[in-house]
Amino acid sequence: MRNFLSDKVVGLKPSGIRKFFDIVTEMQDAISLGVGEPDFDTPWFVRDEGIYSLERGRTFYTSNAGLKDLRYEISNYIKRTQGIEYDAQNEIIVTVGGSEAIDICLRAVINDGDEVIIPQPSYVSYEPCSVLAGANPVIVELKAENEFRLTKEELLSAVSEKTKVLILPYPNNPTGAIMEQKDLEEIAKVLIEKDILVLSDEIYSALTYKDKHVSIAALPGMKERTILINGFSKAYAMTGWRLGYACGPKEIISQMTKIHQYAIMCAPTTSQYAAVQALKKGDEAVEEMRKSYNQRRRFLMNAFKEIGLQCFEPFGAFYVFPCIKEFNMTSEEFATKLLMEEKVAVVPGTAFGDCAEGFLRISYAYSLETLKEAMFRIGRFVQKLRDKK
Amino acid sequence: MKNELLSILEKNSRIDFKELAVLLGTSEEEVLNEISKLEKEGVICAYHTLINWEKTDIETVTALIEVKVTPQRGQGFDRIAERIYNYPEVKSVYLISGGYDLLVTLEEKTLKEIAGFVSDKLSTLDSVLSTATHFILKKYKDHGTIINKNVKDEREVITP
Repeated sequence: MRNFLSDKVVGLKPSGIRKFFDIVTEMQDAISLGVGEPDFDTPWFVRDEGIYSLERGRTFYTSNAGLKDLRYEISNYIKRTQGIEYDAQNEIIVTVGGSEAIDICLRAVINDGDEVIIPQPSYVSYEPCSVLAGANPVIVELKAENEFRLTKEELLSAVSEKTKVLILPYPNNPTGAIMEQKDLEEIAKVLIEKDILVLSDEIYSALTYKDKHVSIAALPGMKERTILINGFSKAYAMTGWRLGYACGPKEIISQMTKIHQYAIMCAPTTSQYAAVQALKKGDEAVEEMRKSYNQRRRFLMNAFKEIGLQCFEPFGAFYVFPCIKEFNMTSEEFATKLLMEEKVAVVPGTAFGDCAEGFLRISYAYSLETLKEAMFRIGRFVQKLRDKK
Repeated sequence: MKNELLSILEKNSRIDFKELAVLLGTSEEEVLNEISKLEKEGVICAYHTLINWEKTDIETVTALIEVKVTPQRGQGFDRIAERIYNYPEVKSVYLISGGYDLLVTLEEKTLKEIAGFVSDKLSTLDSVLSTATHFILKKYKDHGTIINKNVKDEREVITP
């Protein structure tokens, strides 16, 4: 029989998280700090709206780009939070999670051989999605001393004649880093000068703990070269509803809609009805969750200080990214040993890029009680390692 | 800080100052000052513990009593409310809008004792016009806490 597989797909690296996942699931009663989704349930009024839409029999396809009401609410939301105006009619598409938006955005703009600049450590899908779209990914290795922000110099060193897209993933998973307005202004200058499109993945935009999140699309001259991607998973604790969106110039959105129309048809209808309510009435619920995350974040920062483990203070998402280089182990060795000896699961930084060697991703989408117990165990583990030295 | 402090304390009044300071991103001293201020102002009234008595060997019966009263000249409902809340077995007294005036929560060991309270003490008060007593059969949720909640993390153990 012939080999039926696509070389391109076979050539993709398997997700680094997967390997670790298999070990953790084998283990009984381990505490996991490895989850990249909120621990809160979706607010009840949102779930209730989903149920109501089912009761009313709203079980049909929606228009390809998504319910008109939902696009209208998304437009309102971005205007009130970011001050950017998007036309609900042709500058917004509702997608199956932010993930689909990333995929179809890249597929809509990439020609074979175009280069996509991907800062790492970052979410696992940018590189494979770029490759599948036919691009050559160019990795920028972010540095702890810059608090994992992308600098103008780093960007410039990655730019070539073939550069078409920069992926800008802030607030960042796995580092928790943010980009503030002054940082973005530097990047925007380069993008305008070199005529580069930016895919700005702002899925964690509601979860920042310093100033409010600023989108690069809000800077002068940037709206026309930005695809802003966001969704409901993180802010509204709606991961399982699979709902996200992309906003951008109508020429690009309409091509994305074409792919979406053929590959997906439309995002889940029940989720879309629920999401309309989330945007209309959800601000308070989001703020409550944000406050909780912030308390946990402060708790973790303090706990790391007490343990004496180096960790820059992250101001976004729900991750901290401590450095474990002092122990002369790889991230994976450290994480595996921690799991075996103390039954605490964290994700090795290297799951998010080779340059994250020596770091761990710790999620604080967990109750304070869980975090307390986990940090106690991590402290004990670190002490043991130091005693051995 | 004040509102966030109160919402933490409302859920966990046993939390210590040090931890509060960490969670709120401030100093212990400031937490201490704020709490004593809130206590003095009567914003924080008391620190209670929510107990599920059903799991103990102590029998309790709780009743909600709707009370219709005649308000008294110059004092409205306050006087009669005070008469009622002074009984130690009365757990709460609320002035209510709508079909009746006061909602009284009563906790006793037996049904008989509650009946006795209503007929001997409550109904005999001059300004009480009528009462309607409802017994609580089961508590599902109290003070924002779900009783007997099974907390199980349904998420996958590791996700990107």
